[in-house]
Amino acid sequence: MRKRWYDYLWIWSILFFALGFFNILFAWLGLIDFLVPLLFAIIGGNKMFCNRYCGRGQLFSVLGGTLKFSRNKKVPGWLSSKWFRYGFLAFFLAMFGNMLFQTWLVARGANSLTEAIQLFWTLKLPWDWAYTAGMVPDWVAKFSFGFYSLMLTSTLIGLIVMALYKPRTWCAFCPMGTMTQGICKIKRDKDESAPLPTAHE
Amino acid sequence: MRIIKKGKVDKSRCVACGACVKACPIGAVTVWKGRHAVIDENLCIGCGKCENVCPAGSIEIVAREVRQSDAQTLV
Repeated sequence: MRKRWYDYLWIWSILFFALGFFNILFAWLGLIDFLVPLLFAIIGGNKMFCNRYCGRGQLFSVLGGTLKFSRNKKVPGWLSSKWFRYGFLAFFLAMFGNMLFQTWLVARGANSLTEAIQLFWTLKLPWDWAYTAGMVPDWVAKFSFGFYSLMLTSTLIGLIVMALYKPRTWCAFCPMGTMTQGICKIKRDKDESAPLPTAHE
Repeated sequence: MRIIKKGKVDKSRCVACGACVKACPIGAVTVWKGRHAVIDENLCIGCGKCENVCPAGSIEIVAREVRQSDAQTLV
């Protein structure tokens, strides 16, 4: 099939981490990947982001599919079970909330800014070269380090499950995917008049 | 009698990611309203590419017997 511009969005996924390596403030751009899927789901009632524009899903397809960095084995059923998907979403939202709380603490002056990123919510990694103190208010930098950590950690999890199972294993339990599918289901349930799926739709 | 193969979606397991849509060589798969994948049986050639990429294991290629005359219209 003919390649379209949005088939190259996997480049954005790499670019995001590259930019954050040199200046952590670019991490704010990651909010695009957070808000756009929600807008598609809330306004359009679809998962067009997952289906077409998700750079991370494409990156896993390219690495795991085209370049074959995946065993391409059957994904364990529990990874796409409801309890795991919603449990992982809850865990992720809790970690996101904690990151916002830490940002708030820095904004209030209760905590000082640490120029480090945190992998898998535990491993602290110095990242001080990517930020010059005083460039922006401390909380703006704090959010950057926190959000970049979240993005990097989830990508690493995605890469691990990509290597172990199928390229897009991450999609089975991606918190954004679970959230947007949930929104679409609620929307559909509300709109009883919507036509039932037909073969051609 | 003749055997034809078609992809079948388990709606309760589908995560609506759209990996199958991209894998399908003839565009027979769509994601319906962000809820689950739908395979157009009239177009599906049963190649199994969607089943292969599906991260949720929600697509299965099923074989079934059809009468020769029906097979003409289905394939």
